[in-house]
Amino acid sequence: MTYEFLQQYWWLLISILGALLVFLLFVQGGQTLLFEAGDDMRRTMMVNSLGRKWEFTFTTLVTFGGAFFASFPLFYSTSFGGAYWLWVLILLGFVLQAVSYEFRSKPRNIFGTRTYDIFLLLNGAFGCILLGVAVATFFFGSEFTIEKASLVNSSAPVISQWAPTHGLEAIFCWKNLCLGFVVLFLARTLAAMYFMNNIDDESTFERCRKALLVNGLIFVVLFLVFLGIVLTSDGLQTNPDGTFTSVPFKFFHNYFTMWWVLVILLLGVVLVLYAFARSVWSKHFKYGIWYAGLGTVLVVLTLFWVVGYNATPYYPSLLNPASSLTIYNSSSSYFTLSVMSWVSLFIPFVLAYIIYVWRAMNRKPITPEEMSDDSHKY
Amino acid sequence: MNDLMSLVDWSRAQFALTAIYHWLFVPLTLGLAVIVGIMETIYYKTRDAKWLGTTKFWMTLFGINFAIGVATGIILEFEFGTNWSNYSWFVGDIFGAPLAVEGIIAFFMESTFIAVMFFGWKKVGPGFHLASTWLTGLGATISAFWILVANSWMQYPVGMKFDPEQMRNVMESFSAVALSPVALNKFFHTVLSGWTLGAVFVIGVSAWFLLKKRNNEMAIRSIKIASWVGLAGIVLTIFTGDGSAKVVSRVQPMKLAAMEGLYHGQCGQSITAFGILNPNKCCTNNENEYLLNISMPKGLSFLATGDPNAFVPGINDLIDGIEITQNGDTVHNVSYADRIALGKQAHEALKAFDTAKKKGDKAAMDIARAAIEKNFQYFGYGYLDSPSEAVPNVPMTFYAFRVMVTLGGYFLLFFVVVLFLVYKKKSILADNKWLQWIAILSIPAVWICSEAGWITAELGRQPWAIEGLMPNKAAISDIPSSSVVLTFFIFAVIFTALLIAELSIMFKQISKRSKENIDNAKI
Repeated sequence: MTYEFLQQYWWLLISILGALLVFLLFVQGGQTLLFEAGDDMRRTMMVNSLGRKWEFTFTTLVTFGGAFFASFPLFYSTSFGGAYWLWVLILLGFVLQAVSYEFRSKPRNIFGTRTYDIFLLLNGAFGCILLGVAVATFFFGSEFTIEKASLVNSSAPVISQWAPTHGLEAIFCWKNLCLGFVVLFLARTLAAMYFMNNIDDESTFERCRKALLVNGLIFVVLFLVFLGIVLTSDGLQTNPDGTFTSVPFKFFHNYFTMWWVLVILLLGVVLVLYAFARSVWSKHFKYGIWYAGLGTVLVVLTLFWVVGYNATPYYPSLLNPASSLTIYNSSSSYFTLSVMSWVSLFIPFVLAYIIYVWRAMNRKPITPEEMSDDSHKY
Repeated sequence: MNDLMSLVDWSRAQFALTAIYHWLFVPLTLGLAVIVGIMETIYYKTRDAKWLGTTKFWMTLFGINFAIGVATGIILEFEFGTNWSNYSWFVGDIFGAPLAVEGIIAFFMESTFIAVMFFGWKKVGPGFHLASTWLTGLGATISAFWILVANSWMQYPVGMKFDPEQMRNVMESFSAVALSPVALNKFFHTVLSGWTLGAVFVIGVSAWFLLKKRNNEMAIRSIKIASWVGLAGIVLTIFTGDGSAKVVSRVQPMKLAAMEGLYHGQCGQSITAFGILNPNKCCTNNENEYLLNISMPKGLSFLATGDPNAFVPGINDLIDGIEITQNGDTVHNVSYADRIALGKQAHEALKAFDTAKKKGDKAAMDIARAAIEKNFQYFGYGYLDSPSEAVPNVPMTFYAFRVMVTLGGYFLLFFVVVLFLVYKKKSILADNKWLQWIAILSIPAVWICSEAGWITAELGRQPWAIEGLMPNKAAISDIPSSSVVLTFFIFAVIFTALLIAELSIMFKQISKRSKENIDNAKI
């Protein structure tokens, strides 16, 4: 295995984790739908339906972070320490989420069920938007510079410097926010389909179908706007000597140069649209989540591939293009990537038991009777 | 420089705050996982409803605790990036790997099977459920292993070399990192201390049931299981603690000296059983070390090296360069003042290397590379201004260590007594309110003991983020200290509020369930 192969392989793994994470954000989307549940029983069923899956999303996020750290430590060092407020706000939302399911309906929980539901709403809305913003910086760049020789500057030893706003500038960039809202409405769309699949209750099904129509349409419009921005944007190109040149329509070119990525993008879009249309028109179709989920994974994979492959720096610097990060100049060493690649052989095994357990637990959908009866419910 | 130090201090405070809160919940998860696993195994074998009820009761408390442990854990992982970005680059090639392995192997196991543990009673068979309970605990334990490997590597950096081309350290041996003696000792010491803590929790809560005369049978049953787990836990915790101290004496002698408040060591060094440190003492004056000191002759020499007459260096000895080697021999090594000078030479050589690299001057690069390699072991000292900067906070390390050891000894006695009573004098345990109150009050004590262990380990290694290679002040992110102050207080308020909610829910659950007939449980 060459070093270059390992670097590309690890970008593939990062993109798989990122794509699965975006799919699993249906949990966050569902949390933003709780206040539209209509009645308490419906909300209880929705919370419990999500409550059996939230840890997958949370764990995927943590693993995404850990894998990024292990494979591309210069990104971890630059982005987390630089875009401080962006990442801290994301983390705070997930802290609130982690306790909310377990605490919300427990007696004497101090703050009351509604507060924990608001925590879930905050995590759902801001988690999606801010993660979307963070990923959008891969396309549109961030305000940082890197000078590794600073390491031995005893009065200011930090190798990466960021704009004084430390991530707030990324949050308030309209192009980044566009992807943020794409992710939010995608998550709400997926959540509506997830509830239609996972909760066996006619009124919940109908309510989610209506929510799906509205959120799905908003998502499609926003996604097309975002795709339009990306395809018409300039992007940096890595030259053979390691320098960077700005190229018009860089991502558009990447899709056409790597034609198979374009095919996967189109396939993903078709799957999401099929799931959306059939779930809305058909009165009893409840498998939309699987088509839309697969479609989402495929589309997000291609977004990661066009920012990372084909001589594209995945983390462009707006202040000094020479500081931009590529999968080659920011990765771990050959040795570490090799070791980690052996560890990655566990991933199919992990996916297999997750699918097995998911199927075992979902064999019976959630019903109002179960909610009235279950001793351990949220 | 003042702003830099303020940033370092607040970044440390934020990390310490998160770690201390996180460690309130993790050991209970580790301990309860084993106890609940044993209880469910007995239920699986007997299919007796009382064991099902016992399992479910403790599982409820496990779930409440688990959620908040997860909440604080996510912050810790990402704080390496947000607050210690230089560190993340300098050693990310080594340090990132255990975190990724933890995510891939441990976190998914925990998060997948905990859903079955709580919601699977009616959805999967009893064997599948039992396996899920054990796999949740196993996931938590594997998670502990990898994060402790990462922590141990910071205390004993092995299996890597410095690459001046990339200005970072790169891994050379994964097995050296994962199986270092510090990592193995720390793993067993920490996880087994979690068993101890979980057992004290179960015994203490059960004692409250006995005090209130509610569900006595369930309480006695729980105490029997917990006291065996606790006894095994504390005996092995003490054993591995002894192993840890021996390793520390070799790889972090300054930490050992701080744990003992020892400034000038000697052959046949005594150990302080009880002592009050002189608050005016520091490494630059000649004041007495203690205001009061009751010591055991030759104790420290024996515990640290196995030889009662061996030399154990104190803080000033170490600053002067006197150490003991891996073989236990006393050597005159390089003094800290010289290390600082050599470290600065390594820094200058690295600057020269960078300049030569930018000019494409290969001959100059080779000369600079050789100079870096010669002094790289002192690289971290190059960031220090004086030898006294390399001395940790002695009073906090000294007292935290004593709190841990004293309470550790108490818990050994505690489990022996409880085991004797629960098997031989059950009526005394069931009726004696004094004993019951001692068991209840042991709950906060075990948490103090556990946190004191971490305070010893982490304060004792200051000022190093990576022992000898990178002090905290070179490991930070370039963010205004005011931002870190703000996030420190945001985290402090949120963690405290969630802790209060968690305790309130926990107390209410214990109280509510104590009034039900726990033995009459259904799937």
